Amino acid sequence: MAILVDKDSKIIVQGITGSEGSFHAEQCLAYGNNVVGGVTPGKGGQTALDGKVPVFNTCYEAREQVGANVSLIFVPPAFAADAILEAADAGIELVVCITEGIPVADMAKVYTYLKSSNTRLIGPNCPGLLTPEQAKVGIMPGFIAQKGSVGVISKSGTLTYEAVHQLCQVGLGQTTCVGIGGDPVIGTKMAELLELFENDPETEAIVMIGEIGGSMEIEAAEYVKARVTKPVIGFIAGQTAPPGRRMGHAGAIVSGADESADAKKAKMAECGILVVDSPSEIGATVKQSLQKVTA
Amino acid sequence: MSFEGFSIYFLYDKVFTTMKIHEYQAKEILKKFGVPIQDGFIFESEADIEATIDNVASELNCKQFVVKAQIHAGGRGLGGGVKFCPNKETAFEKAKEIFGMTLKTHQTGPEGQLVRKVYITEALDIEKEYYVAITLDRTQSKHVIMASSEGGVDIEEVAAKTPEKIIKVWVDPNLGLQANQARQLAFRLGFEGDAFKQAVKVFKALYKAYEATDASIAEINPLVLTEQGNVVALDAKFNFDSNALYRQKDIASLRDVHEEDPTEVEAGEFNLNYIKLDGNVGCMVNGAGLAMATMDIIKLKGGEPANFLDVGGGANVETVKNGFRIILSDKNVKAVLINIFGGIVRCDRVANGIIQAVSELDLSVPVVVRLAGTNAEEAKLLLENSGVSIIPAESLEEAATKVVDVAT
Repeated sequence: MAILVDKDSKIIVQGITGSEGSFHAEQCLAYGNNVVGGVTPGKGGQTALDGKVPVFNTCYEAREQVGANVSLIFVPPAFAADAILEAADAGIELVVCITEGIPVADMAKVYTYLKSSNTRLIGPNCPGLLTPEQAKVGIMPGFIAQKGSVGVISKSGTLTYEAVHQLCQVGLGQTTCVGIGGDPVIGTKMAELLELFENDPETEAIVMIGEIGGSMEIEAAEYVKARVTKPVIGFIAGQTAPPGRRMGHAGAIVSGADESADAKKAKMAECGILVVDSPSEIGATVKQSLQKVTA
Repeated sequence: MSFEGFSIYFLYDKVFTTMKIHEYQAKEILKKFGVPIQDGFIFESEADIEATIDNVASELNCKQFVVKAQIHAGGRGLGGGVKFCPNKETAFEKAKEIFGMTLKTHQTGPEGQLVRKVYITEALDIEKEYYVAITLDRTQSKHVIMASSEGGVDIEEVAAKTPEKIIKVWVDPNLGLQANQARQLAFRLGFEGDAFKQAVKVFKALYKAYEATDASIAEINPLVLTEQGNVVALDAKFNFDSNALYRQKDIASLRDVHEEDPTEVEAGEFNLNYIKLDGNVGCMVNGAGLAMATMDIIKLKGGEPANFLDVGGGANVETVKNGFRIILSDKNVKAVLINIFGGIVRCDRVANGIIQAVSELDLSVPVVVRLAGTNAEEAKLLLENSGVSIIPAESLEEAATKVVDVAT
């Protein structure tokens, strides 16, 4: 078991004929994924990745003809919001958008629209998903991860790799690693993934990596307190940014919540999350927590 | 610009970039979308002071003036950058005083900000002050309009102490602001009669301006009701989503690089995301999250980070060289930590970049290098056999310990 993607996922890549898209589609294929095609408007009927997969004009065609149920997006920022909507309208259940730099206003519209669809979005501006030895839907380097029992949720890219690397070094593999993205509007938030990991029988512990800004970690901590029985290990990046006067701007008064690392850490600890101060202690802390569970 | 006295929000805003503009530019935008503003003219040279005052007097038909320093930082009034002037003579005197001054506010840091532009406006007779702003509510992924009848003061204090005095209305981004929502705001703020109609119009226009310009914040503080019964924007602030500037050419042209740290501007030209801090340990990292985590561990080991620097995906020779130049332009830096986790980026290439950069630049400070991920083993051998003086480290823990050790 894993969450969101496994070896049976039928993946298409939107933007497969671009340089980023083709490079990473090739990497996903090499990882053993079921990449069933790509979408580039106007290039339907051609093939990509040296003739290995068909290219379609629309997601609709890809859904009809090869039964795609996961889409990985590498479309440039100006067109990425439209690409997400296209995948949703075609009925694709899971969309992973890697594109960085999509205007926030576009994403707010997409997010609201997706509420009335059956499509889940991961990202944008994220490294995507990795279920070790089964599926790589994104840009995470496959070799750093190994199959195991820890679920990973992270706002960051390379910091996720660091955490996964540490887990492997202490002999712990992962069920699924999810990079959710750090943009102001993202498709899937931490709490939703905590729920998926809690319900996944193979996941025994969950790592949650957040950052300063926003209040998603606070909502996630409240979810942990109410619903999660598995150990959750948390880290917040940006905790040593010195405290000081707030910028006099509206963003800080929207939620009324304190978005500093200290406030988040305190809330997380209060909700039963094992909060690590140092980013180098993530792996060891997970290991300890699992030993306690089995002892 | 110093980091001291700034908050995490400052860092956050800069990492996830927004573009700022001056008050007079924000008011020009409001005017274009139909919001009545306290109008005025700008001067950028001492020789133009008198003509500017004359212009305000004749064009706007007024005898009293307000002289306002134009810098991006807030708190200008308390810092002495905004003066009411009952006549032309005082206006001339104050304008001369404010132009070219180094204005210190709680947002500029102790070294202050040079005033290069001064805005001379009409003075209005104020009956009551309100606050109104639109931004994104990240929790709901919707836009939120916040308004209060407690305008003109420190609105964050109002929000913290008396949150019930802040009215919030959430706007579906696919529907936009509805008439009933604009009316609700005006009613709840207590507007009546003709002022009510004007306020509704202002809210609608403000939302239009926010949406059409890809603003991340559109704020009027204060929005005033004048003694003559007019609803007018007295001060305004707009920030914009940098990701949308490609489709906002007019907005992008309003950028004032004088308001930004020159090193940060230079870094931006090399596609590096750099923020200067006050410590002595320079760092060069790929990825914003890992860069923040690296700063965190430096501090936990007893050191002080000198900067935030995210080199992004392309850590090649040029990137590393430019990164070094920028980090070392800060004379406080006593040691540098390079922490690269190679995913797509291959560590052997990064290692070659570091070796070349270090040998060409003839560095005067020790450099600790930690490379992990793709081809990390090859990279380690390259560094060992290169003969350049680099302190290698295996783990993040070891790297941080070593760099703090050599910096002190």
